[in-house]
Amino acid sequence: MKILVCISNVPDTTSKITFTNDNTAFNNVGVQYIVNPYDEIALSKAIDLAEGGKGSVTVITVGDASTDATIRKALATGADNAIRINALPRDAWFVANQIANYAKESNFDLILTGRESIDYNGTQVGAFIASILNIPSVSISKKLDIDGRTATVEREIEGGKEVLTLNLPAVIGTAEGVAETKIPNMRGIMTARTKPLDVIEPIEVTQLSRIVKFETPEPRGAVTLVDASDVEKLVSLLHEKAKVI
Amino acid sequence: MSILVYVENTDGQFKKSAFEAVSYAKAVADQSGNQVVALSIGNVEDAQLTLLGKYGASKVLNVNTEQLKSFVNQAYAAIIVDAAKSNDASVLILSNSFSGKGLAPRVAAKLNAALADGAIELPSATGENLQVKTGAFSGKAFAFVELTSTIKVIALNPNSFEVKEAETSATIENYSPSIDAEDFSTIVKDIIRATDKISLPEADIVVSAGRGLKGPENWGMIEELADVLGAATACSKPVSDAGWRPHSEHVGQTGIAVSPNLYIAIGISGAIQHLAGVSASKTIVVINKDPEAPFFKVADYGIVGDAFDVIPKLIVALKAYKEL
Ligand SMILES: Cc1cc2nc3c(=O)[nH]c(=O)nc-3n(C[C@H](O)[C@H](O)[C@H](O)COP(=O)(O)OP(=O)(O)OC[C@H]3O[C@@H](n4cnc5c(N)ncnc54)[C@H](O)[C@@H]3O)c2cc1C
Repeated sequence: MKILVCISNVPDTTSKITFTNDNTAFNNVGVQYIVNPYDEIALSKAIDLAEGGKGSVTVITVGDASTDATIRKALATGADNAIRINALPRDAWFVANQIANYAKESNFDLILTGRESIDYNGTQVGAFIASILNIPSVSISKKLDIDGRTATVEREIEGGKEVLTLNLPAVIGTAEGVAETKIPNMRGIMTARTKPLDVIEPIEVTQLSRIVKFETPEPRGAVTLVDASDVEKLVSLLHEKAKVI
Repeated sequence: MSILVYVENTDGQFKKSAFEAVSYAKAVADQSGNQVVALSIGNVEDAQLTLLGKYGASKVLNVNTEQLKSFVNQAYAAIIVDAAKSNDASVLILSNSFSGKGLAPRVAAKLNAALADGAIELPSATGENLQVKTGAFSGKAFAFVELTSTIKVIALNPNSFEVKEAETSATIENYSPSIDAEDFSTIVKDIIRATDKISLPEADIVVSAGRGLKGPENWGMIEELADVLGAATACSKPVSDAGWRPHSEHVGQTGIAVSPNLYIAIGISGAIQHLAGVSASKTIVVINKDPEAPFFKVADYGIVGDAFDVIPKLIVALKAYKEL
């Protein structure tokens, strides 16, 4: 089974989020970049599925050379080879077109993404790829089993879950529950440097959206503390002042 | 031209998020002098469909066939695309729900449309373009996305736009577009829904607990508190990682992002990754025995105290208040 895992290079979860250029650009000074945590789940699942010679795992990312460290981390975790499309990701549509363009030549059985990236929080790339390739997709899965050419997926729905089957090739977005996140071991780190990382130039894509500015949330006012022995006070504050109960 | 809104049902009933989407569509339509066409797919009775008129739909397209009773991503997307085209829709609105997140990109791709997902406010027009405020960096920021395509798709976050009644009434039309057989390759085998539980992303009130609760056996009081408040239950990441609670309850940067009216955090320290997913809540209450817990810095109300002492008392006080 040939598996493609889409990797997004995102700010570490502890990053302080600030902006520059009159709030039009993310300020990446001093920011550490990591493999998007949901993509780590996708990658871990792919490695499990390919284990024991049952398949191969290719990771792909759209980014400039500064993303190479993140790609090497994915290789160290256990991917076999990597592709980097040499372009700054402009929006999800741009990224999806680059990946779909690469994937359509290579006959992957399964394309995995994380359920969303923790920077722009879109759940778009996976379904865009599926739409371009005209194959089925599930955007947020909590469990994934593959049997021959059939994938059985548990997907999240409001207040419960849905179990469905679909035919491969397909695109599946992964969330917690799909796999335990793997971390690179020493051997992985050593071999990562020798694994192939191919750089491909991007294709032209019409841009349909752009971020014009960012804002950070208004800070909240100071906390009103209520004594632990006076919970009735909290109830009346929530009712009369906050008006939420 | 029209504004098309796709309304999701749960077992034939529309939930608040559906009315939010119609209200939002109505406000967008009013900005541009258009009418709202609502599209429903699945087995929904006329009485429910008529309700959509109350929130601003002038026309309701009803797709009700056996084959489409449960959600099939590709087939539903094909129907929405068809309806958008045949109704000359300039803007298409969906709920940013679990299913909506799967549909919106597919629909946008087929319509050559730009997509803003996670919208939290009405768009503003700049010439032919629309600017939409969306959440970004998991609640740590907002991004204003400009949509420059002819047709625009907006996925509205739950609990972000107030349901508003409008002076419209809707005509209901049965609608039966043709769909390719290959759009039905996904087959739903089973749907498991805890009917007595309130869905977390849409909940008005969320009661959330963390590692301070010590173990899964202590969640009885959390559930009781949620019950008294009509709230959904949630938890911090280490709690679901340890298997004390299901993953579907995990909120935060790598879990579900919530924006309820009231978020009550019990025995949660307030790590940056946790706060990311909950900071959009309108009112935050923190109960923690450590006065230095970072969560107090972003709380509106707080009690410094032991959860095992405070929560039972709070349940009693709330019951008394509810009986008033
Ligand atoms: C990549 C990454 C992603 C992450 N994503 C998330 C995420 O999405 N969501 C998330 O929640 N976390 C996330 N985390 C984890 C996060 O950093 C914290 O470790 C986690 O939120 C802590 O959970 P907690 O507050 O329940 O536990 P702790 O930090 O252990 O806090 C327990 C709190 O309970 C209080 N307490 C103890 N006993 C009592 C008592 N009897 N009564 C009252 N209070 C008591 C303590 O004072 C303490 O403040 C992530 C971490 C990483 C590295």
